[in-house]
Amino acid sequence: MSLLEFLSQYWPRLMSGTGVTVAQFLLGAVLTVGLALVFGLMKMSSNRAIKGSAVVYIEIFRGTSLLVQLYWIFFVLPLFGVTLEKFTAGWVAIGLNAGAYGAELVRGGIMSVPKGQWEAATAINMSAASRMRRIILPQALVNMLPAWGNLMVEILKGTALVSLISVTDLMFQAKQINASTYLSAQIFGTALIIYYILARFLLTPFMRWLEGFMARKLGRA
Amino acid sequence: MFDWLFMDEWFPKFDWRWDYTWEILPRLIEATGNTLIAAAAGYLIALVLGLVFALAQRSQSRVLTFFVREFVEFVRSTPLLLQIFFIFYVGPQFGITLSPWVSGMIAIGLHYSCYLSEVYRGGLDSVPKGQWEAATALNMTTVQTYKRLIIPQAIPPAIPGLGNYLVGIFKDTPMLSVIGVAELIHTANAIGSETWRYLEAYTMVGIIFLALSLPAAGLIRAFEGFVRRKLGM
Repeated sequence: MSLLEFLSQYWPRLMSGTGVTVAQFLLGAVLTVGLALVFGLMKMSSNRAIKGSAVVYIEIFRGTSLLVQLYWIFFVLPLFGVTLEKFTAGWVAIGLNAGAYGAELVRGGIMSVPKGQWEAATAINMSAASRMRRIILPQALVNMLPAWGNLMVEILKGTALVSLISVTDLMFQAKQINASTYLSAQIFGTALIIYYILARFLLTPFMRWLEGFMARKLGRA
Repeated sequence: MFDWLFMDEWFPKFDWRWDYTWEILPRLIEATGNTLIAAAAGYLIALVLGLVFALAQRSQSRVLTFFVREFVEFVRSTPLLLQIFFIFYVGPQFGITLSPWVSGMIAIGLHYSCYLSEVYRGGLDSVPKGQWEAATALNMTTVQTYKRLIIPQAIPPAIPGLGNYLVGIFKDTPMLSVIGVAELIHTANAIGSETWRYLEAYTMVGIIFLALSLPAAGLIRAFEGFVRRKLGM
């Protein structure tokens, strides 16, 4: 079978798998950003209970593997009465894992904002919440965006693991097609190229654009 | 141990069995050994190959630089899991059969060498230009300059970055379970499918990972501080 014939036969399955991968990525990325913000801010709290729970979350999810977390959420969590469907378990595990890394980026970004900005905001009588929202976070965001670009690629790569709990993503489809055709080089090669295109020609340029956009908004570029 | 939490009242399906946990623990500890061996072997490959990639990107040949650069980007942007499958299954198609261990080590070593090459690159770039000029003045060849001057100066500042990826590799070894390397997750899967009890096995795997990676990360941080002080940074 020529590569072209092969591709035309399996293209629909690869595309449906790519769709699931993109959906897993988007849901996981949204959860990551949410968790990163919440736990990143919590870790900077002066309240020891709040700070402690953020540290526990971050260390647990950074200290173990995504695959271990995924299996735990999928196989063990039901024993605690929380049964997640495999699709949901997939992006929740990815979000929880990457959120812990993101929380450290948020903390680093906030700490990189010069102290004078905090003092100036306090001097003009801003409340702590509006100081964070209007002065500190926008500047922190610009500082941490380059690191978020790398994390986003890691999230996309992490979605391949959901195939191991039978979510029908690109990796899963590639594995299935390989099992029925034994054309390993063709199918795994094509899947590698699709992941590469997603990461290098869609995700990375978008994050670069976002960096420029945010920098312009703050009048830095 | 969980009695005081009234776990069985709150979660009727949760029944942690300590006798069963002790029974499976020796198998998990053995698998931990395999995980550590896999991580160490993968890391050694990555350390060597990463330096090769970093040096290749500094070569005079534009073509070589371009191809190595693109290859590094390609490997870094695609999932390790898929690369493991690729290396394991594509070999036999061309008559080269690799064992799970060998293909796993190649995959992890190759994947992380691309990350490490970036770390080395930072270290190599940090060596002042005057060092090169001095070497030229002494009539040293390029190879001699690298071996005696540049690499010895480039490695120490790169050590913290190199150390972080050791923990990264350790945490990525569970992916080797998919091709049958008997590391922690593979063993936990096997235990689970024998007895239909996943609670203890997966939880213990998580605890073992935490117990190893948290101290390792702490040690690397301490070592990083030590290296920085030694270098007067």
